[in-house]
Amino acid sequence: MKIPNINRFKIIDLLKEGKRLDGRKPFDFRDIEIETGISVNAEGTARVKIGKTEVIVGVKMGTQEPYPDHEDEGTMVTGMEFSPMAGDRYENGPPQMDSIEVARVVDRGIRESKYIDWKKLCIKEGEKVWSIMIDIYCINDDGNVMDASAIGAVTALKMSRFPKYDEETGKVLYGEFTDKPLPLTEHIPFTMTFHKIGNKLLLDPNRDEEDSSDGRLTLAISQASKKDKMINSMQKGGITSITCEEMDEIIKEAEKCYDKIFPEIEKKIKRLSK
Amino acid sequence: MTEREFREDMEEKTEMNENNYSEESYDTKKERKLVVPGEVIIEGEDYLPGDFTRKEGNQVISNRYGLVETNGRVVKIIPISGVFEPRRGNNVIGRVEDITFSGWMMDIGGPYSAFLPLMECPRFINRNNIDEFAGIGDIMAVKIAGVKKGGIDLTLKFRGLGVLEDGRLIKINPHKVPRVIGKEGSMINLIKDSTKTEINVGQNGYIWIKGDLAGETKAEETINLIVKESTSSGLTEKIENFLKGGKE
Amino acid sequence: MTSYPKRIDKRKFDELRPIKAEVGIIPNADGSALFAFGETVAIAAVYGPKPLHPAHMQNPERGIVRCNYNMLPFSVTERAKPGPNRRSKEISMVAGNALASVIDLERFPGTVIDVEIMILQANASTRCAGINAAAMALAQAGVVMKELVSSVSIGKIDDKIVADVTKAEEDWEEGEGATDIAFTMTSVTKEITHLQLDGKIQTHRFMEAVDAAKAACEKIHQYQIRALKGEKINENEK
Repeated sequence: MKIPNINRFKIIDLLKEGKRLDGRKPFDFRDIEIETGISVNAEGTARVKIGKTEVIVGVKMGTQEPYPDHEDEGTMVTGMEFSPMAGDRYENGPPQMDSIEVARVVDRGIRESKYIDWKKLCIKEGEKVWSIMIDIYCINDDGNVMDASAIGAVTALKMSRFPKYDEETGKVLYGEFTDKPLPLTEHIPFTMTFHKIGNKLLLDPNRDEEDSSDGRLTLAISQASKKDKMINSMQKGGITSITCEEMDEIIKEAEKCYDKIFPEIEKKIKRLSK
Repeated sequence: MTEREFREDMEEKTEMNENNYSEESYDTKKERKLVVPGEVIIEGEDYLPGDFTRKEGNQVISNRYGLVETNGRVVKIIPISGVFEPRRGNNVIGRVEDITFSGWMMDIGGPYSAFLPLMECPRFINRNNIDEFAGIGDIMAVKIAGVKKGGIDLTLKFRGLGVLEDGRLIKINPHKVPRVIGKEGSMINLIKDSTKTEINVGQNGYIWIKGDLAGETKAEETINLIVKESTSSGLTEKIENFLKGGKE
Repeated sequence: MTSYPKRIDKRKFDELRPIKAEVGIIPNADGSALFAFGETVAIAAVYGPKPLHPAHMQNPERGIVRCNYNMLPFSVTERAKPGPNRRSKEISMVAGNALASVIDLERFPGTVIDVEIMILQANASTRCAGINAAAMALAQAGVVMKELVSSVSIGKIDDKIVADVTKAEEDWEEGEGATDIAFTMTSVTKEITHLQLDGKIQTHRFMEAVDAAKAACEKIHQYQIRALKGEKINENEK
């Protein structure tokens, strides 16, 4: 059943007082669980749960010719799909707008934060580079699939190991892996999507809250140790506009949230990838 | 059938439907066996196959995942999962999905779409003001007047039906509704009194709660606890404790 | 002189790989389950019976089962392009039929039961793992069904009949090579609701494969029952 009006009104009314139906504060995240080992055939995988929302992410690698304006850099493509099993609102078919946007936003957060050292993915300048293919699947949607997907993607990348590569034939030996991790920097981007519900902001909406949301702003923040926090990407979605005061509030809350939540996530990811 | 006969027939069916499932489903002191489709429940010439079972030779075999219930010679399955299965006389809560010139298309869950015709409203509603009475996204307590192949016919012409305003709507597994209501409403009344809320339980698993924030939240948590612990013994005491302020 | 005296992974000829089975893994679904044969891992989720749109697709006499089988791009060593292809469409069809055969579809005419099968990790026998997961998911979803179905791949590797074929066995080329036969059987009436064969097997040997399938399906059925009764089975854990 789609969300009833009375539930929407309740969510909006409560938020005016800084309250949420599940007792969280406006900028609290639900419990985040991170695992790996979904497919031994992938170069790297991750499984992320935020509350009951669950996404599975996998990394596959291949080789290709570099792009003309980046002759010594590897490439990356990100795809995302809501599996029809994620909820009864999802029918099968080509990726819908929602999923294309999730893929592109996650992609940009990773790309612009320079999380991946693209030059170290070069095999032969101008001729051959490594290409990274990230595939994100949501298998249960209880809101905030965007942020779950982003955590999944950075984790899967951290877990990834290069497949064996035969220099002579120039072929990738799929199914055979090395111990070599991807060339990642310490700038792990953390993606947070703020939602505007009736003129109030919140983070990590569950499904009902997301259905009550009028607009959202996703930002990815990374921080090299002790330096400034950097905003690497932003995307506004939905129809409602964001006031400049709200913009200021978002950035302040994003910094707070990064400090509060991200260290734990970073620890989990690093522990998994040992 | 005259209008009056229809309503009397419906009232009767409604009382029967108050308990879509037998009294015994409230009795948790019995250890009930969980069976899967195709499982042999019991063997013996005397046994008769009840709901969701079949008899092959001497064996009564399950046609559904659920709990075994024996009443004398009749062996049946009490479903514990699955979508809402609509029956004439059911009181349900639905959401208005669309409005046509002749009524409201409603989502009441389950396998079929449902329609509430303008004519089934207890008072006159102008065709041009249909959405003032109930608009898309509004919820109503309705009764199922008939179940046809094409869909379900709804009516508002009974006590206690109509648009539900304010409060919140929650969803539980429809098969747990009898547990939430309790014998002769004992459980639901306990919750209402203790949390000072109005509660309307739809047999389709949708439940409307209205009170102050703390009361509504407590009522919702209590209902979720009942659903979680529905097969445990001593449930009434657990719930009484929880309502008094104890932990789960 | 056989070229396949022992199985590559040292299993007995009738031995299944370590099984993983669990129900209720997708909270939003009406029913869901995971089933794995060793490294082949499948999850399935069921929604329905529910209204089927558009109306012209409805069957006024019975409900339909709409099954979709999908492999994750990273479930295999060489990335599989996302989206349906001819192979996945075919598997969706045969799996859907295999499951529909035991369901009481006349109970809710005009409706649809959506079955989604997803392969997380693949080492052959993916459709079998998927059907096993889907059968559990349907039962957990309260769908009215006479019995469960169980699915297994039977191989003839050179001259040996084996149960639960791996990719390495599928690729066997010595002697008579490899023949892969996917069976799905009903749990009580032991009828075949799905059957696909690739390779070559002597006509007089086929019933051996059927017997092997029967025995293997009985074992698988026990795992399905245990998982439905609440057990989280994971034979991979040591």
